[in-house]
Amino acid sequence: MELSTVWFILIAVLWAGYFLLEGFDFGVGILVPVLGRDDRERRLMINTIGPVWDGNEVWLVVVGGATFAAFPEWYATLFSGFYLPLLIILLALIVRGVCFEYRGKRPGARWKRGWDAAIFVGSLLPALLWGVAFGNIVRGVRLDARHEYVGGLTELLNPYALLGGLTTLTLFTLHGAVFLALKTDGDIRHRAGRFAGRLAWPTVAVGGGFLLWTVLANPDPAGAALAVVASLALAGAALFTRARREGWAFLATAATIVLAVFALFTILFPNVMPSTVAEANSLTTTNAASSPYTLTVMTWVAAFCTPLVLIYQGWTYWVFRKRLTLDRIPT
Amino acid sequence: MDTLDIARWQFGITTVYHFIFVPITIGMSALVAGLQTAWVRTGKEHYLRATKFWGKLFLINFAIGVVTGLVQEFQFGMNWSDYSRFVGDVFGAPLAIEGLLAFFLESTFLGLWIFGWDRLPKRLHLMTMWLVAIGTLLSAYFILAANSWMQHPVGYQLNPETGRAELTSISALLTNSTTLVAFPHTISAAYMTAGAVMLAVSAWHLSRRNQVEVFRPGLKLGAWVVLIAGLGTLISGDQQARVMTEQQPMKMAAAEALYRTSAPASFSVFTVGSLDGDEELYSLRIPNLLSVLGTGTLDGRVEGIDDLQAEYEQRYGPGDYSPNIPVTYWAFRLMIGTGGLAILVALVALAAVRQGRHPAGRTGRWLWIAAISAVAMPLLANSFGWIFTEMGRQPWTVFGVLQTADSVSPSVTPGEAATSLITLTVLYGVLAVIEIGLFLKYAKAGAPQQQPPGTDDEEADRPIAFAY
Ligand code: HDD
Ligand code: HEM
Ligand code: HEM
Repeated sequence: MELSTVWFILIAVLWAGYFLLEGFDFGVGILVPVLGRDDRERRLMINTIGPVWDGNEVWLVVVGGATFAAFPEWYATLFSGFYLPLLIILLALIVRGVCFEYRGKRPGARWKRGWDAAIFVGSLLPALLWGVAFGNIVRGVRLDARHEYVGGLTELLNPYALLGGLTTLTLFTLHGAVFLALKTDGDIRHRAGRFAGRLAWPTVAVGGGFLLWTVLANPDPAGAALAVVASLALAGAALFTRARREGWAFLATAATIVLAVFALFTILFPNVMPSTVAEANSLTTTNAASSPYTLTVMTWVAAFCTPLVLIYQGWTYWVFRKRLTLDRIPT
Repeated sequence: MDTLDIARWQFGITTVYHFIFVPITIGMSALVAGLQTAWVRTGKEHYLRATKFWGKLFLINFAIGVVTGLVQEFQFGMNWSDYSRFVGDVFGAPLAIEGLLAFFLESTFLGLWIFGWDRLPKRLHLMTMWLVAIGTLLSAYFILAANSWMQHPVGYQLNPETGRAELTSISALLTNSTTLVAFPHTISAAYMTAGAVMLAVSAWHLSRRNQVEVFRPGLKLGAWVVLIAGLGTLISGDQQARVMTEQQPMKMAAAEALYRTSAPASFSVFTVGSLDGDEELYSLRIPNLLSVLGTGTLDGRVEGIDDLQAEYEQRYGPGDYSPNIPVTYWAFRLMIGTGGLAILVALVALAAVRQGRHPAGRTGRWLWIAAISAVAMPLLANSFGWIFTEMGRQPWTVFGVLQTADSVSPSVTPGEAATSLITLTVLYGVLAVIEIGLFLKYAKAGAPQQQPPGTDDEEADRPIAFAY
C-alpha cells in the first residue's frame, strides 16, 4: 500500500478516535444543565469526564498536526476555507476547557450557573459544527485551480451538511447520555438512561437519514456496506438503551461513531477534498500529500507513539472505572 | 488593514499570550513534582501542603495554556495557508510529533494527577507529575525545532516541480544548531519565570508573617531557582547571540541599530534620539561588548544594516530586508534588562532573609514590594525575547526562503481575519481577568491545612470530587 494511503487511513482513525472520545464528553457537557437538577449533580456529571476530557481533546490537536505533516495542502485548504465555522469551534473549545477547570474554584450560584451555560454552549457548538464540516467535505466544495476554497460561508450551510451537523449533535448527545448512565449510580443514572431512551429513536432517524443520503449521492459499495453496519449499530444502541443495558449501549454508540467515520472516509477516498468546480481541482491523497521521506518518518513516529498512547490512555479509564455517586460529592 | 497585517497581529497576540502561561507550566510542573518528591521521601507535612498549594496555582495557569495552544495549532492553516502549503512537508513533522509524544503525555497524566490523589499508590501518583514535567520539556523541544527551522532552515530541499520545501533529513532538523541553543535558553527562562512566581507569592505571605513554615522555604526555593536558571539563561543567551550573528546577521545588526559594519562594535545600553543612524542625542555605550556578544572576541566584526541590505538585494532581488529597527532594538535590551532585574531581586531577597532574618521597617517594605513585583519581570523578558526573535526575522517567515507577505492565506478576507482577531482578543482579555482573579484568590488563601490522605482501601472510596 502506498504511504499516502496509509496516512489517509491513519487520519480517518484519528478522527474516529477523536469523535468516539470527545463525543461523549461533548454529550455530557450538553447534558450538564439539562439533566443536573442542582449543583452537586452537575458536579458529579462533570467529574465523570474530569480526568479524561483533556486527553480526549488532544486527539484533535494530533489530527491537526498529523494532517499538517502528511497532507499539508489539505490542512491549508480545509482550515482556511472553513474559516468562520472553525473559529467558532475554537472559541467554543477555549471557553469549555476553561470552564471545567474554573467552575468549582469559587463558591456562589451565579458564578457556577454562568459556567454551566458556557459548558452547554461550548459543547453544543462543536458537536454540531463538526458534522457540518464533514458533510461539506464529503459533498465537495468549490475549490479553484490553486485548491483554494472560493465558496464563502453560505455555501457551507446547505441542507445535506446541516443534516450532518444534526447527526453529530444527536449522536454525541446520545453517546454522552449513555456514558453518564454507565458512569454514575442512583437517581442521575436513571434519568440519564431515560433520557437516552427517549433520544435514541430520533437519533436513529436523523443519523440513518444522513447515511442514506450519503450513500445515495455517492455510490460506493464498500462505503455503503459500512454505512449499513453503522446504521445497524445505531439501531442496536437504541434497543440496548431502552433495555437499560448500559455497557452494551455504550459499545453500540461507540461503534456507530467509528463506523460512520470510516464510511465517510471510504466514500471520500481517493479524494481528501473533492472540488465541485472541476475534477482536476480536487485535493487527493496523492496531490495533497507530503514527500515520501516525510511520510516514512511520520510512519515510524506513529508506529512508536500510538501503541504507547493507547496503553496509557486505556489505563486512565481503568483507574477511573468506578461509578460515581452523589454521596461522594461534598456539599 | 489587509489580511496580512491582521494575521500578523493575530499571530503575535495569540503567541505572546500563549507564552505567558507556557513558561509557568514548564517550570512549575517540575517544581511541584520536586516538592511532592520531597513529601514522599520525608513524609513532612509542610511539603504536602506546599505541593497542593503550588499545584492548584499550576492548574489555574495550565487551563489557559492549553486552550490558547489550541488556537496555535490551527492558525497556521487558517491565516497562513500558503505558508502551510509551502513548508508543511518539513514543518508539520515536528508539530505532529509534539502532539503525539508530548501533548498526550501531559494531558493524560495531568488528569491522573488531579484525580488520582486517592486512587493511585503514592509513588505512582508522584510519577504522573514527573511525566507531566517531562511532557512539557518534550513539547518545548519539538516546537522550538519547528521555530528554529524558520530561523535557520536545514535538512530540506526545494522541489521545483511542486514549488514546495521538502524534508530531506529529520535528524538535521532535530539537531539544528539553532534549536540546540534556543532550547536551553527558553527552558532556563521558563524555570526563571516559575521561580519568580514562587518567590513573589511567598514574599506576599511572608511580609504578613503568614504560614511561615511553608512560605519561608518557598521564598528561598523560588529565589534559588531564579538565580540558577537566570545564570543558565545568560550563558545560553550569549551562545545564542553568537549563533544568530552567524545565521541571521541582519537580526544582530537590528538589535544594535548598527548601520555600518564595525570591528570592534560597541553595545549601547540605551539611546536617546532616532535609531535610523542619523541623529543620536545621547547614547550610553559599552565599548567592544557587541563584538563579544556576536563573535566571542573583543574586536570581532559585526556587519551593519546598510551593508547587509546591499548584499541581500543582490542575492534576493530588490526589497527592504531590514526588520523594524526600534522594535528589535528595544525588545533586545528590555529582554536582558527585565530578566537581569529579576536575578538582582532574587539575590537581594536571599540576602535579606538569610539565617532566619525577617526584613522590617521602611527598607523591609520596599524589599517585599520588590520581591512581589519580581513576578512580572521574567514574564516581560520572555515576551520581549520572542518579539525580538520573530520581528527580527522579518521580512521573512522562513529566513532566506519564504517572505511573510507570501505566507498569508489568499482566500481569507480581511473581514474574516478581523472577526477572528477581535473575538479571540476579547476572549483572551476576559480570560485574563478571570484567571488573574482566581490566581490571586488562591495565592492569597495560602496553603491548605490538612492531613495526608490515606491510601488504604477504605480511604480509596473517599470523594475524588475535590478537583472540579
Ligand atoms: C513554529 C512556528 C512559530 C513558533 C514556535 C513561534 N512563532 Fe512567532 N511567528 C511565526 C512562527 C512561529 C510566523 C508564522 O512565522 C510569524 C507569523 C507572521 C510572521 O511574520 O511570522 C510569527 C510572528 C510572530 C510575531 C509577530 C511578528 C510580526 O508580525 O512581525 C510575534 C510577536 C511572535 N511571532 C511571537 C512568538 C512567540 C511569543 C512565540 C513563542 C511561543 C513564537 N512566536 C513562536
Ligand atoms: C506557534 C507555535 C506553537 C504551537 C502551534 C503550539 C501548540 C500548542 C497546543 C495545541 C497546546 C495545547 C495542548 C493541550 O491541549 O494539552 C499547547 C500547549 C503548550 N505549549 Fe504550545 N504551541 C506553540 C508555541 C509553544 C512554544 C514555543 C512552547 C515552549 C517553548 C510551547 C510549549 C507548550 C506547553 C508547555 C504547553 C502545555 C500547556 C500549557 O502551556 O499550559 N508552545 N501548545
Ligand atoms: C544576557 C542576557 C541575554 C542574552 C544575551 C539573550 C540573547 C537572546 C538572543 C540572541 C535571542 C534571539 C535568538 C534568535 O532570534 O535566534 C533570545 C531570545 C529569547 N530570550 Fe534571551 N537573552 C538574554 C536574557 C534573557 C532573559 C533573562 C530571558 C527571560 C527570562 C530571555 C528570554 C528569551 C526568550 C523567551 C527568547 C525567545 C526564544 C528563543 O529564541 O530562544 N532572554 N535571547
